[in-house]
Amino acid sequence: MTRMDLQGFLSEKRHLVLERWLNLIFETYPPETARFLKREKDRFANPVAYEFHEGIKGIYEALLYGMEPDRVSYFLDRVISIRAIQDFLPSGALTFIFLLKTAIRKELEKEIREKGVPEELLEIESRIDGLALLCFDVYMRRREKLYELRVDEVKRRVSGLLRMAGLVVDLDQKNNKEVKANEF
Amino acid sequence: MAAIPKPEELANISFRPPGRKWMDTKPEFKEGTHCHAAAPKWLEWLDYPFPRSWSTYDEDWKLPKNWKEIFLVGFNDRLNKYRSLRLFMDICVRCGACADKCQFFLGTGDPKNMPVLRAELMRSLYRRYHTTAGKILGRLAGARELTEDVVKELYYYLYQCSECRRCSAFCPYGIDMADITILGRELLSSIGLGIEWAMASVGSCFKIGSHIGSPPHAFKDMLEFFADECEVVTGIRPRVPVNEKGHEILFIMPSGDYFADPGTFNCMGYLLLFEYLDLDYTISTFAAEGGNFGYFISHEMGKRLNAKFYAEAKRLGVKWILGGECGHMWRVINQYMDTWNGPADFLEEPVSPITGTKFENAKSTKMVHICEFTADLIKHGKLNLDPSRNAHIVLTFHDSCNPARAMGLLEEPRYIIKNVLPPGHFYEMPENTIREKNFCCGSGSGFNADEYLPIRLRGGFPRASAVRYVHEKYGVNHVGMICAIDRAVFPPLMDYWVPGVDITGIHELVGNALVFPGERERVVDLRKRPLKGKEKEAEKFLEEVM
Repeated sequence: MTRMDLQGFLSEKRHLVLERWLNLIFETYPPETARFLKREKDRFANPVAYEFHEGIKGIYEALLYGMEPDRVSYFLDRVISIRAIQDFLPSGALTFIFLLKTAIRKELEKEIREKGVPEELLEIESRIDGLALLCFDVYMRRREKLYELRVDEVKRRVSGLLRMAGLVVDLDQKNNKEVKANEF
Repeated sequence: MAAIPKPEELANISFRPPGRKWMDTKPEFKEGTHCHAAAPKWLEWLDYPFPRSWSTYDEDWKLPKNWKEIFLVGFNDRLNKYRSLRLFMDICVRCGACADKCQFFLGTGDPKNMPVLRAELMRSLYRRYHTTAGKILGRLAGARELTEDVVKELYYYLYQCSECRRCSAFCPYGIDMADITILGRELLSSIGLGIEWAMASVGSCFKIGSHIGSPPHAFKDMLEFFADECEVVTGIRPRVPVNEKGHEILFIMPSGDYFADPGTFNCMGYLLLFEYLDLDYTISTFAAEGGNFGYFISHEMGKRLNAKFYAEAKRLGVKWILGGECGHMWRVINQYMDTWNGPADFLEEPVSPITGTKFENAKSTKMVHICEFTADLIKHGKLNLDPSRNAHIVLTFHDSCNPARAMGLLEEPRYIIKNVLPPGHFYEMPENTIREKNFCCGSGSGFNADEYLPIRLRGGFPRASAVRYVHEKYGVNHVGMICAIDRAVFPPLMDYWVPGVDITGIHELVGNALVFPGERERVVDLRKRPLKGKEKEAEKFLEEVM
């Protein structure tokens, strides 16, 4: 085990690591789709790639320099909000965070071959594991949101009828002493 | 005990999906990826073939014994009947212009949602049964046998195409993917395969009056209720003329406008506008549905539902028809109505009774879009509008696929918006996501079933992504739209992708801005939200009326 300024190294190689990581994420899609995700650079013509790119930039920043959990969750969500509703099992949806380990190891390949595994790599990988735990929270929030939306949609379909029947009231309104729904 | 793999070994796992050929990749019928099967009841109501209980999750879809023959004969008939279909099957040169234009491809990442590949599902059958090369060389020539698996694949993907025609706008040959989808769905219908959401809507519309199945008295009650609500907010109670004979105009709106929020507020806008104009019109409880889900199933069913418009126009003795803010209703009117049920020569060429404008574009169908009607009124200075009443709204406009691409209705809604909103309250989304290049809401053509929400969120993501951009950059807090399906499906779409953005129809904004002689001072909008600068008065007002 050797020591090196891994944080400095990863900071310097930021663009290369991010590009490698992004490509690894793209390759979790079928080959034709991966080709498109890599090729199209207009953010509106390729919104998925754009969101992934913005998300992983923030996550990488969090990995190297630390970040408030809410802020990290925001960046994780930019990736997870999409993968949580795509055709992935939960494990597949969250694969992307572990691909960061692969991207970093690939970038360190030469160093490791010549000098062995740097001690700091373990620390960085532990931080990625920490991010993975946050991913579970974000993923669950998104899935819960999905089910909440289904319920809301059904409610919205009947809300007009309920209003017409006087069966809904806004309890925030003052002078609203009686709840008409009790009249049943 | 198996050894625990080392992290390095784990990291060597390939996350790349196997690169199988498309013909060898079968869809998996998981919850959320497809619409549920239609119940037999609806098919029986409509005299549709092979009503039976079946499930997409079962291996056996209980197809009729001679399903293959029915399908192939039907395909042959349609190729002979529609020259366009044969052309679309033959002409594609795989240029790829359409491949990345479909929002379902962009959102799902599934290559079979590339329009070129979705069409290939049908083309492979065309080659096998209608070309010499395909008959002899089979798979080598891109041909394949029609099997039950192929039918399942068609069901899966033809119901992931919302018939929005965005791909067609980019195709150098103008291949209309929506037409391929429609005809493919017709063939599926012919062997008893339909989706519950669409068939239930069609059955209800055909038998009862509207997609939601509300009977005439419920429809009338809703309209009366909206008139009451208008009175609370404005002090003016609009008339609700229902099934009255001898008026000049028949007004038809989509059921979403009188059944589901926020369309209901749009309906209040219509009623107020007509009251303001003292318009000589009536509404029919039998043509109580502007939408036409029949057209999502087959041409024949689309024709049956469309015929109700004209039967009612004749029965009520009107001169012409005014249509509300609906999406596919307008594709049906502009592109199919004349062939299906025309010519409507018992009606007169529409002329605005207020401005005298002749709507020459509606000479044949005799049906005018309400945005054309209202834009013309504003142009002639016939409406007294106070845009400050919409000052709490910062708007972007979502072009609905059918009015935009099937009738070119791009400027009229924008013209209205600019006249009912204060300056600086309207922002366009990026150029490659609006007008004829608009992204679909992801739920058109019968997809607004709740079981389908994950796919709808995927398909709607490109649209939402552009909304998010104007929301973050300009503080946009509402998306305006002129389609009832849009108004029904955008709320969850925004709630998931861009929370804090609300939905509105354009005539709701007109209703807010319209100044009636002798009206009460407005302090809230049609949704009873405080107007800007009137928050205190609004609070007092709401205390009184609630």
